[in-house]
Amino acid sequence: MLEISGLDVHYGGVHALRGLSLTVGPGEIVALLGNNGAGKTTTLAAASGLVRPSGGTVVFDGHDVTGGRPHRVTALGLVHVPEGRRVFSTLTVHENLQLGGYLVRDQAEVRKRIDRVYELLPRLAERRAQQGGTLSGGEQQMLAIGRALVTGPRMLLLDEPSMGLAPLVVASVMELIAQINAEGTAVLLVEQNATAALGIAHRGYVIENGERVLDGPAAELRDDPRVVEAYLGGV
Amino acid sequence: MTQLIWNGLFVGSFYALVALGYSMVYGIIKLLNFAHGDLYMLGAFAGFAILGAVGGVSSSMALPVLLAVLVVTMAVTGLAGVALERIAYRPLRRAPRLSLLITAVGASFALEYGMRAAAGADPRVYPLRLGGSSLEVAGARLTLAQLVLVGVAVVLMIGLNLLVTRTREGRAMRAIALDPTTSSLMGIDVNAVISRTFFIGSALAGAAGVMAGAYYGKIDFLMGFLIGLKAFTAAVIGGIGNIPGTMLGGLVLGLLESFGTFWLGGEWRDVFAFGVLILFLTVRPTGLLGERVTERV
Repeated sequence: MLEISGLDVHYGGVHALRGLSLTVGPGEIVALLGNNGAGKTTTLAAASGLVRPSGGTVVFDGHDVTGGRPHRVTALGLVHVPEGRRVFSTLTVHENLQLGGYLVRDQAEVRKRIDRVYELLPRLAERRAQQGGTLSGGEQQMLAIGRALVTGPRMLLLDEPSMGLAPLVVASVMELIAQINAEGTAVLLVEQNATAALGIAHRGYVIENGERVLDGPAAELRDDPRVVEAYLGGV
Repeated sequence: MTQLIWNGLFVGSFYALVALGYSMVYGIIKLLNFAHGDLYMLGAFAGFAILGAVGGVSSSMALPVLLAVLVVTMAVTGLAGVALERIAYRPLRRAPRLSLLITAVGASFALEYGMRAAAGADPRVYPLRLGGSSLEVAGARLTLAQLVLVGVAVVLMIGLNLLVTRTREGRAMRAIALDPTTSSLMGIDVNAVISRTFFIGSALAGAAGVMAGAYYGKIDFLMGFLIGLKAFTAAVIGGIGNIPGTMLGGLVLGLLESFGTFWLGGEWRDVFAFGVLILFLTVRPTGLLGERVTERV
């Protein structure tokens, strides 16, 4: 469904991605793991068009979206939920969700999708008239994901949804992602929290310095001594 | 007293119309568009050219003709604003803020002296005057023309406010003002929305230009300079980037000028206006309704 091949990204003199290749199939959750600065966020940004790669290709559902403009990529159903949630802070929760429906001309359809999000995340329904910036970190993450759901995504690119959240909240975010996936949306999940990510993922990739160093089914990665040592905090 | 208030509100509604474009552009791309006042001038000249092409207008037809010219002029200045953004500002979107600001000053001169080259340096007399009957309301003498102009300004401002607060397009504008990158991830074509914002702001300035031409009767290529600065002042008073604040700022500036002129004399009018600007910039830079703006920055 998503095929990234030989992707190179340079920031000025920094070679952030070095010929990275990965695939995500329909209905899969794929975890992308690695340390800070390994190139995880850059991979997502290059896929969604926020960053222009210097080499390689990104193909989504048969469309070559390499270096495409972000709003076009979103229109194809490949939707990026950026790091740090990026909720529109002075707009209400409801307005944030409505923005997810920007490309949908049929307002009744937008309302239906928003109602679905409220059903999935009742906390957002309670806070629909509140400004996005006043929500807690976990609620903002829910809103960022809910907003992306209103776009009608076929695949989500999630960047560190667990960042800065308490363990219980992390668990509920992961549960939400698994539930969204169970309803048919593919997910590429970037995480520092490898335990949480491998708990719901089908497969995973580990990258270091912009290069792929490991990949395999999630269950295998969980037991791989190199992953355990580097990312799961075990010795 | 009521006369002073009326005069203030009348001039203030012009200021507000021009200030809105200033404020919208600042809100969405954080640019002080110093060429904005010149779009007002362009509107006055576009209206002048259209009226010249139509030929003589009998005074009974003045009002409907003026409204028709207003609509055409708004389209012309709106497109001029879009072109300005496309040519001068978009290539510099990622450049340091100062480059953009200097470009805006350059664009202002280009429009002013471009118009001088095209239409000459001498003031032109507007072929259509709104004079006519006046009436007394609560001790203030107001003319029908003034009432119509204020009415048009109010309708445009209410329309704009509804657009920004209630529609999908307005939501996209507010989202881009907060975070253009994330807006693009919502599927919003950020460049297109910025273009449309320039269109709307410039169209409002053009409308004010035609109205000023028809009301004062005389236009020249530098007429946008002072009103541009006044509009900036109005936007700062109300809270730049904030639409209702900007409308309020326009009216407040009009009233301050009206009363200031009465107490101190006409030659003090601009001193008074810019004194207020300095006062606000030092004491309350976020403006009267500006709390929300501080969060935005």
